[in-house]
Amino acid sequence: MAYRAPVGDYSSDSRLFKHRANVAALICVLLVLGLFVRLAKLQIIDYSYFADLSENNRVRLMALPPNRGLIYDRNGVILAENRPTFHLELIPEQIDDLEAMLKDLSEIVSLSERDVSEFRDAMRTHRSFESISLRTRLDDVEVARLAVNRHRFPGMDISARLTRYYPQGESAVHAVGYVGRINEKELETIDQGNYRGTSHIGKTGLERFYEDDLHGTVGQQNVEVNSEGRVLRVVDKIPPLPGNDLILSLDIELQKVAEAALGDRYGSVVAMIPQTGEVLVFASTPTYDPNLFVHGISYAKYKELQESIGKPLFNRPLFGQYPPGSTFKPFVGLAGLDARITNTDETINCKGHYLIPDDDTQRKYRDWKKEGHGQTDMDKAIEQSCDVYFYDLAYRMGIDRIHDFLAKFSFGQKTGIDLYGERSGLLPSRDWKQKVHKTIWYPGETLIAGIGQGYMLATPMQLAAATATLANKGKNVQPHLLQSIRVAETAVTEDFEPIESQFTLRNPRHWDDMFRAMKKVVHGIWGTARATGWGMKYEMAGKTGTAQVFGIAQDEKYDEETVARKLRDHGLFIAFAPYEAPRIAVAVVVDNGEHGSQMAPVARKVMDRFLLKEDKSLIQVESANDE
Amino acid sequence: MMNRTQVFEVSYNSRLASALRVIHIEPVLFLGILLLTVAGLGILYSASDSSIVMVKAQLIRLGLAFLVMLVVAQIPQSQLYLWSPWFFALGIVLLVLVLTAGDVGKGAQRWLDLYVVKFQPSEMMKLITPMMLAWYLSERPLPPTAKSLLISALLVVVPTVLIAAQPDLGTSILVAAAGFFVVFLAGLRWRVLLGIILAGLAFIPVLWRMMHDYQKQRVLTLLNPESDPLGSGYHIIQSKIAIGSGGLYGKGWLNGTQSQLDFIPERHTDFIFAVFAEEFGMMGAIVLLALYVFIILRGLYIATNAQDSFGRLLAGSLSLTFFFYLFVNVGMVSGILPVVGVPLPLVSYGGTSMVTLMAGFGMLMSISSNRRLLSR
Repeated sequence: MAYRAPVGDYSSDSRLFKHRANVAALICVLLVLGLFVRLAKLQIIDYSYFADLSENNRVRLMALPPNRGLIYDRNGVILAENRPTFHLELIPEQIDDLEAMLKDLSEIVSLSERDVSEFRDAMRTHRSFESISLRTRLDDVEVARLAVNRHRFPGMDISARLTRYYPQGESAVHAVGYVGRINEKELETIDQGNYRGTSHIGKTGLERFYEDDLHGTVGQQNVEVNSEGRVLRVVDKIPPLPGNDLILSLDIELQKVAEAALGDRYGSVVAMIPQTGEVLVFASTPTYDPNLFVHGISYAKYKELQESIGKPLFNRPLFGQYPPGSTFKPFVGLAGLDARITNTDETINCKGHYLIPDDDTQRKYRDWKKEGHGQTDMDKAIEQSCDVYFYDLAYRMGIDRIHDFLAKFSFGQKTGIDLYGERSGLLPSRDWKQKVHKTIWYPGETLIAGIGQGYMLATPMQLAAATATLANKGKNVQPHLLQSIRVAETAVTEDFEPIESQFTLRNPRHWDDMFRAMKKVVHGIWGTARATGWGMKYEMAGKTGTAQVFGIAQDEKYDEETVARKLRDHGLFIAFAPYEAPRIAVAVVVDNGEHGSQMAPVARKVMDRFLLKEDKSLIQVESANDE
Repeated sequence: MMNRTQVFEVSYNSRLASALRVIHIEPVLFLGILLLTVAGLGILYSASDSSIVMVKAQLIRLGLAFLVMLVVAQIPQSQLYLWSPWFFALGIVLLVLVLTAGDVGKGAQRWLDLYVVKFQPSEMMKLITPMMLAWYLSERPLPPTAKSLLISALLVVVPTVLIAAQPDLGTSILVAAAGFFVVFLAGLRWRVLLGIILAGLAFIPVLWRMMHDYQKQRVLTLLNPESDPLGSGYHIIQSKIAIGSGGLYGKGWLNGTQSQLDFIPERHTDFIFAVFAEEFGMMGAIVLLALYVFIILRGLYIATNAQDSFGRLLAGSLSLTFFFYLFVNVGMVSGILPVVGVPLPLVSYGGTSMVTLMAGFGMLMSISSNRRLLSR
């Protein structure tokens, strides 16, 4: 006995345990005998009763999946619908010679080896009177051929099922999203009762965000089956309640104008109505066909999409975080005016670079224009995008004041658009840097932030929302893609109600000052987007921006690397119009390689289409101008 | 007693058996488990509508569970003894974590997301609670004094309440039972046991008030399943029809109309016994239950022959818990106990409880091989 428990008399413990174990064993055996008695009661005494019940057990509950709600654009153009797709099914018990039939069928429709082998597998697990799918998604020609030859194939059936279809194809896919087969992870989170019989679920975009509305409520029917399970008749039925339809604020025609204007560039356009937050355009290029995902995309195709350099699956307006560059200047300028650090009359002398006062390093912060802009006031600094003016203004204001004022335009915060996964960008501050980088804030970083570079990041969605707030003179309206929901049950339309907030400037006239400066960007003789302003039938206020992809460390090599730098830059443009009473705000951001001024025509095409189509008064202005 | 020992020793003579004993596998218990799991796969094939995919998945889980059993069997009993209090402390901490930070799955918080695997601490408590009680009581004079009884009660109640709060009634009952079995085997006096039963009966109204609506519904449904034929009574009604219509000899494998026509809900998990009883009848059920009884008696035999109190109490409790699983499941499927979501051990489709059960058998084997090493 080398090892035993520390306390206790071994032999008496052991005897006690043996006794207890025997009692326990006896109880177990008795309880199992009790189970036998129970089974005997069910299986022998009441056998005929239960055998009868089993024989007559023929009312079966079946789920009736609801039709998914449809998605329309603001003008009633359909963006997502349910189309019947046709499937070839066979009922084995009605077929005399299956092999001969498979051979004959393969001459009419294409049947892969996989189709046939999957059919044979399914045959083993189904009863012979059940129809089994042989081919899915027949095309129109195949359906027609089968219909004509139907008499030759008893036991063959063409069944129709509704599947999601996106008639606009590649357009607006990043907003609308797509549905796909429910996966295991989703299975855990959905209400399984309501999804009985549903095979697809919203995966991205609005299809996912409004899944609960779009899906609808499952119905059910009791069907009578015979003892083999064959359905004889429907006993009763609760029809399913179809999903609610979505009516979007998106304008699909305008969306296509924007997508065409972007062409084969990699970029995004977001257009909004400032007063209501309605998102008119939500474009991200390159794009892809959502219909590929509905039936399960092939691995090769998916890999191709993922590895494509333009990253079509990437939702640029929502996930793309860019340094806003000079498009940031109007906001910084307003901050300076509101903080009374500067006024519209003050000028500085731009010599092509800026030195921080009392800085021993004598580091030169350069302007994009080597020779400088000379005497520069606010209007000129915006019109010609003078960097030195904003270095000076930012330096005098300090980062925290910039941060606090720009936060009012929701920089650094989510805009609250009705899509999942929105990025919040980054609006740096002293506290932020201490918290995240554990270092102090350097004055040089304030200068860089003043021209929208450095740590500063914004998504195209944020830029559009900030531009809308600016056009709206401080009224923030939550951007939204959904205009209203048409509830299937009551046919009542419920409008989306955006969250609104308002802030004011100490002197409201500063709004007009900034509007005027931004108008010069497009319509001034020296405006950076003046080429776009020519021949415009309304007046636009805007701001170009060119954002360095890499940070301030390369600042010193600025000049030598002009060519290489160009390749890395993002082109940006923000604008609103008409200047007097803005009705549309647009942000254009294009990855790599172009100046912001080249983005202005993209915005103009969108605005032309939107403003000139609807507003007859503008056309009159046009003719008046012509005279 | 000696006679029975000799009968069991006979099987030890084969070469395979001695090979198994080298890797701490107790051949007789192992044979019983193996037979049961093979039969279980056959039943699952029928219950899953002849789904090869599900049988394969179950086979993989079984492989994993056997591996876990093999690994646990290698842990010396003395090591299990030393680890018990630490495991228990860790288990309680994890249960508290689940309640505060767990993932809500299907309306109940049971899972702790460990990023790599989702992990259900309550499942581990089915083993850790009896380990802890065996550890505690084996150090004290038996039968236990009033003081050690009180502390034992506390050691059972804390994990039980924490698990019941998730809420997971099925598991909390199993944990409580496992703990109780240790105390019973340690020699809990009969009059105290009677007192506990009476107190328990008095507690029923309190328990009733604490129960969730769906749990109350299950009890009410048990009393009168016909009151809610399409709701929660549906399980019991259909399951009873399946068992009853199986008769003495059954309808034959893959031929149960109730099962194959989809009338039995959850027929591959908790209600798999109904499928079996329909297709193999009363005779099949007797054979299956006999196999279970064989495993349980073998477990108790190992317990009786364990070298010290810790081994005895732990092995005995694990065997009785296995029985408890069986009884609750068959009782609920045949309509004499409420539906509490306890699987048919080693047969129902699903992974978590299978791994726990096999880890428990691993402990039994470790305790068994400890005895042999010492008696040499």
